[in-house]
Amino acid sequence: MKEIRWHGRGGQGGFTVSRLLGIAAAIFEGKHALAFPAFGPERRGAPVLAFTKISDEKIRDRSEIQSCDYVVVMDETLINAGITLRVKPSCTFVVNTTDAARYKELDGFKVVAVDATSLALEVLKRPITNTAMYGALVAASGFVSLESALKSIEHEMKPSLIGPNQEIVRRVYELVKSQAL
Amino acid sequence: MSKKREFISGDEAVAIGVKLSRPHVIAAYPITPQTITVERLSEMVERGELNAEYMHVESEHSAISAAMGASAVGARTFTASSSQGLLYMTEGLHYASGGRFPVVMMNANRSVALPWSIYGDQRDSLSLLDSGWIQVYVEDAQEALDMMIQAFRIAEHPDVLTPMMVNLDGFILTHTYEIVEIPEQSQVDAFLPPFQTPNKMCFDNPKNMGFSSQPNDNTEFKYQQNLAVLNAVKVLEQADTDFAAMFGRKYNGMVDEYQSADAEVLLVTLGSVTGTVRDVVDEMRAEGHKVGVIKIRYMRPFPEEQLQNLTAGAKAIGVLEKDISFGYEGTVYTNVNSALAKVGNTVPKLNFVGGLGGRDVSKADIRNMFLKLQRVAAGEAYKTVDFFNLNVETNE
Repeated sequence: MKEIRWHGRGGQGGFTVSRLLGIAAAIFEGKHALAFPAFGPERRGAPVLAFTKISDEKIRDRSEIQSCDYVVVMDETLINAGITLRVKPSCTFVVNTTDAARYKELDGFKVVAVDATSLALEVLKRPITNTAMYGALVAASGFVSLESALKSIEHEMKPSLIGPNQEIVRRVYELVKSQAL
Repeated sequence: MSKKREFISGDEAVAIGVKLSRPHVIAAYPITPQTITVERLSEMVERGELNAEYMHVESEHSAISAAMGASAVGARTFTASSSQGLLYMTEGLHYASGGRFPVVMMNANRSVALPWSIYGDQRDSLSLLDSGWIQVYVEDAQEALDMMIQAFRIAEHPDVLTPMMVNLDGFILTHTYEIVEIPEQSQVDAFLPPFQTPNKMCFDNPKNMGFSSQPNDNTEFKYQQNLAVLNAVKVLEQADTDFAAMFGRKYNGMVDEYQSADAEVLLVTLGSVTGTVRDVVDEMRAEGHKVGVIKIRYMRPFPEEQLQNLTAGAKAIGVLEKDISFGYEGTVYTNVNSALAKVGNTVPKLNFVGGLGGRDVSKADIRNMFLKLQRVAAGEAYKTVDFFNLNVETNE
């Protein structure tokens, strides 16, 4: 089973993107997935967590995620000492930052750094970074294909948002893939 | 034709199951973590996808009252609640079962105050076992959707005519998104006939309804009410069989089990924690431990005979529940113990109490329960009630 934890702030779309990944895996790739927020009240601007579990088999385990394969950080001000808890030794962190050099690694963990905010401002005219980070996660992890990721956006978002968000996912995906080379 | 599948939450699955059941009246008051269900239903009515009267009442007490009134004229009726809201309905719950109004309710299992908590456990519905409602507990969003459809058929059956509560764990099921197969409307229509009440409030055939009784006839009413819930056993088992034939999903009626046949130690569970236990059973079986799980689906009527049979070979039994009846033990444990005592099953029986107010029940917690049951089966001394995963030192 693959486990992903999403860090964002209320209103940034962290829970939406946890669902997009679940939709890509479950609807478009025939896998099983669970997507859920950190349970509790919802507040705009407050730190929020969301989770996605992906597996080839039915996911029966309903306990909290204890060993993440990937951690996605949509807002780098949320990085603190606790962020490397409850992750696998092989965990990769995907971080939104304008200063990639700052995150060569995180306590010894591998980091993929992307400037999601600038891209979101360019395409969406708003600093909503969830789909940019989605593209980065998909490129870095390969948990779902780019095609499934694009389809999940078409499946879930309202018509006016589909084109711009698909553009963001595609651009970040290609950027991260080229960095890997 | 490929089957329609959607990636939805437990709350949304309930709303779709209710919509497919074609209720005439929905009376509800929103409360976390049930809110999304009633929001979705109100949107379906607003868009004209669901031809029902949606009554946004001012309280849960009014919700159950309105539901009873609608049911009295022969309307298929749904309500939903949770925790304090469910408890605010309590007076009406007894009215609905005593009046034999087959209202169907979704309850999002949530802790009860004080301390105030919006998170999940099962103390709300378990405190209402004596309210006369049929109670079923589900394990995932698919079962939640499917049981809404089955619930109307079971509750409205002429041999039953008793309201039914479908319980799903707050947040763990209500707010988790997963893949759910959506049944075809035509198949649901074939499975679930229109509601035909024999006790209709109408001018053509006036009847006395909601009446009072005297000491010389009250016991007879209560005898019939008890009989009606016992009658539900056959009806719900038939519904499960017919549902499987129509939709290809079977839940095994009163109880489900996993690897119980040759199990030396068993856990008895209720609700979504069962899935996690199934995983631990697989892991421990791979290491050679003979462990198994029995999932209670219905708390009322209670699966007495099934539990007696399924536990016959076990050397120790644990009941895992998100509930405690203060000053005694968990209510599920009391019920299980009573059933097993009747057949002289005297193996050690432990009551694992935890997961209260939303606390996670981890695989490690469950593994520790199985290991403890193995030690107890081998002769280790034990206390009946075990609050697992406590964060405080105790002086016991």
